[in-house]
Amino acid sequence: MKLRFNRSQLCIPYALFLACFVIAPLIVIVYYAFTNGQGQFSFSNFVNFFSSTNTLGTLLYSFALAFSVTLVCLLIGYPTAYILARSNFKKKYVLLMLFVLPMWINFTLRITALKEILSVLEGNISAYPFLNSVIGMTYDFLPFMILPLYTSLLKLDKSLSEAAEDLGANKLTVFLRITLPLSVPGIVSGITMVLLPSMTNYVVLDMLYNSTYIMGSLIGSYFSAYDWNNGSMISLVLLVIIFIVTLVTNRFSDKDAERGTVL
Amino acid sequence: MDNNAIIELIDVRKVFDDETVAVEKFNLTVKKGEFVTFLGPSGCGKTTTLRMIAGFDIPTSGKILLNGEDISRLPPNKRPVNTVFQKYALFPHLNVYENIAFGLRLKKVENTYKNKNGETYKKLEKLTRAEIDKKVRKALEIVDLEGFEKRGVATLSGGQQQRIAIARAIVNEPEILLLDEPLGALDLKMRKEMQIELKNMHKKLGITFIYVTHDQEEALTMSDKIVVINDGEIQQTGTPDQIYNEPVNTFVADFIGDSNIFNGTVTGKLKVKFCGATFDCLDDYEINQLVDVVVRPEDIKIVKPGEGQLKGKVISSVFKGVHYEITVGIGKFEIIIQSTSTAPVGSMIGLRIEPDGIHLMQKVYTVNKYDGVITKNNKVEFGDGEFACDVTQLYPASRLDEEGYLITADGRQIDLAGVKVDVAVDTHDILMTDDTEAGGARGNIISMIYKGDHYRYIVRTEENEEDYVLSCPDMWNTGDLVGIIIPEDKIKLTLKPEVEE
Repeated sequence: MKLRFNRSQLCIPYALFLACFVIAPLIVIVYYAFTNGQGQFSFSNFVNFFSSTNTLGTLLYSFALAFSVTLVCLLIGYPTAYILARSNFKKKYVLLMLFVLPMWINFTLRITALKEILSVLEGNISAYPFLNSVIGMTYDFLPFMILPLYTSLLKLDKSLSEAAEDLGANKLTVFLRITLPLSVPGIVSGITMVLLPSMTNYVVLDMLYNSTYIMGSLIGSYFSAYDWNNGSMISLVLLVIIFIVTLVTNRFSDKDAERGTVL
Repeated sequence: MDNNAIIELIDVRKVFDDETVAVEKFNLTVKKGEFVTFLGPSGCGKTTTLRMIAGFDIPTSGKILLNGEDISRLPPNKRPVNTVFQKYALFPHLNVYENIAFGLRLKKVENTYKNKNGETYKKLEKLTRAEIDKKVRKALEIVDLEGFEKRGVATLSGGQQQRIAIARAIVNEPEILLLDEPLGALDLKMRKEMQIELKNMHKKLGITFIYVTHDQEEALTMSDKIVVINDGEIQQTGTPDQIYNEPVNTFVADFIGDSNIFNGTVTGKLKVKFCGATFDCLDDYEINQLVDVVVRPEDIKIVKPGEGQLKGKVISSVFKGVHYEITVGIGKFEIIIQSTSTAPVGSMIGLRIEPDGIHLMQKVYTVNKYDGVITKNNKVEFGDGEFACDVTQLYPASRLDEEGYLITADGRQIDLAGVKVDVAVDTHDILMTDDTEAGGARGNIISMIYKGDHYRYIVRTEENEEDYVLSCPDMWNTGDLVGIIIPEDKIKLTLKPEVEE
C-alpha cells in the first residue's frame, strides 16, 4: 500500500519539535520572568532589571563589546568579501575556504591558541580585557560576516557597475551609489549574525581573563544561583532586543525580495 | 580622414587570457548619424567589439578613434558613449526617475558668468535640479512612459524596462548610442514594435546608433549599414540590400536569409555549371575554377516541365502565409523555392533561374592544411590528433624496413620521428563518426551549410581549436562531438623546406 500524506500531516513532526523545544521553554521563561520565588505573579524581576545599575551596566558593556566586534568584523569582512567576489582568480573558492576553515576547529581550541599569541605580544594579557575580548570574538565570528557579504556581492550583476561607469561614474561613485546600497542585505545579515552572539558568548571572555560580565554571563550567574526568575527576565529582555533587531532586518530583506525579481 | 567619420576602428584585435582570439583585423568606419548593425552568430566577437567601443574592454592591439582622437584606453566614464545593455542593467534600488537621472547627476557642464567688472568667466558646474527634471521628463516622453517617474523598476514589464534603459542612455545626449542585443529578451510582437520605435528614435535624435544582434531580420529591417562578423573577423560590410543580394561568401549567404548553396564549376565566359545544368551568370571567374553558387529561394521560378534550365520532382510544399516553401528534388540535389504559386507534391516541374539570381563566390575551403610532425610509429600528428599515414611519399621510391626506418631510393636510412611536415587533406576525404575515440582527432561541429546534395561542416577541436572542413551527405547537428577519421592514403605529406637537404 502506498503511503500518502497531505501537507499538514507532513508538518506534524516539525510542529511537535517546535512545541517541545521552542514554545514550551518560552512559556516557562515568561512564567518565571513574571513570578517571584513563591510562584506568585509579580513585576519585581522587571523592576530589578531596570533599577539595578549593575544589570544596566552589564547591558551597556555587552552592547559596547558587541558593537565593537561587529564594526571590526565589518571593516575587515567587507573588503575581504569584495575582493573575493570580484577576483577573476579561478581558485577563489579555495581562498574563501581559507577564511571559513577555522570554523571547522573547535572554538575553545582556537581561543586557547589565540591566548598564547596574545600573551607573547602583550605580556600580561589580563591588562587589556576589552581589547582582547574584541580580538577573540572577531576571530571567532569573522566568517559569519564574510559569508553573507560574499554571497550578496557575488550575486550582484556586474553589468550594473558597468552601466554606472557607462553613465559617467568613476570607480568610487560606482561603489558608493551602486555596490554598497545593493549589498545592504548582506551587511544586515552579517551584522545580525555577529551582533547577537557576541552579546552573549561569555566563554571567550572567560578564557581571555576578562572578568567583566556580559549578558550571557549574567544569565549564567543567576541560573547557577538557582534564581530562575531574574535569569528568565534577563533572557526575556534579550529576546525582545533580538526580536527588534530581527524586525529591522526583515524590513531590509523584504526590499531584497522585491529586488530579486529584477536581478 | 573622412570628416564625416565619428568612430574608426583600425586593426583592432582582442585576445582573452593570452589565447582566445575574440576579434581580429577589425577595420571599420562609422559615419555620423548612421545606424550600424554588427550581425553574427553568438560568440563571433560582436559584443566584444561593442564593449571595446564602450570602454569595458581594452583592445589588445589596434586603435579606436572617436572624432579623430584615440580613445582605446579611455575608461568608460570618460567616453561620450552610452550603452543599452542586453538585460537592461537598471539599478534595482532606484526608481525610474533616479535611474534616468543617474548620468545627469554626475555630469558637469561649463557655464559662463559675468563678474562685477563685466568680465566673463567659465565654471564647471553640476546640472541644477530643474535642468535634470526637464531632461528626465523629455526622455520619458521620447520613450512614451510619462508618469512612470516614481515607479520601482521591478514593477515594470520587460518592454517598459527596455524603454527605461534606452531613456537612461539617451538622456545624456551621447554621441554614439551602443545597443547590445537590446530586444533579445522581448517576445516577437513586442520586438517588432520596438524595432520600429528604435528606428524612429534614431531618425528623431540624429545620433549614431551601433546595434548588436544575431537576428538577421532585425538587422535588415533597421540598419543603414550591416557589418557581418564571424569568428572575430568582418565578413562583409554593406547596406542591407548589398548584404542580401551580393553576399561575398557562403557564410554571409547562409547567415542572411535562406539560400541554396551548391558547388559549381565555371565552364565558360559568364557560364557556370551546377546541379547538372549550365547557367548564364553575371559574375566573371576564370574557366574551370571551382566556385560556390548561391541562389536565393525566391529567385527560382516554377515553369512547365521542359522549360527552364532544370527539371525536378516536388518533394514537399509548405504554406508560409505569404508564400509557399517548396522543396524540389533534382537527381541527388535538393532545392528550396519560395513562390506564391505551388505545385502538387510528386509532380514534375521545370525551374528557371535568371542570371541575376545566381551569385558565384570564390570557394573558401577546398583543402585542409596543417603543420604536422611525424611520430615514432611513423604516424603523423596534426590538428590535435594522430593519424596513420604513408610516410614513404616523403621521399620518392622509398620504403620502410622492419624496424620502421625509412630507406630512401639511394639506400639511406632515415629516422623520421620528429620531422616536421606540411599536411594537406581534401575536404571530401575526411569522415566523421559518432565514436569519438575511433578517429585520430575529435571536435565539435561549429558550422554546417547545406549545399544541395551534401552538407559542408567545420569541426573544431577543443584543445587548440584546429578546424577540419569536410563534406558529408548526412545531416549532423551543430555542437555534436564527433571523431575525425582520415583514410591513410588520403593524407598528403610534404617535407617542410628547412628539413630538406
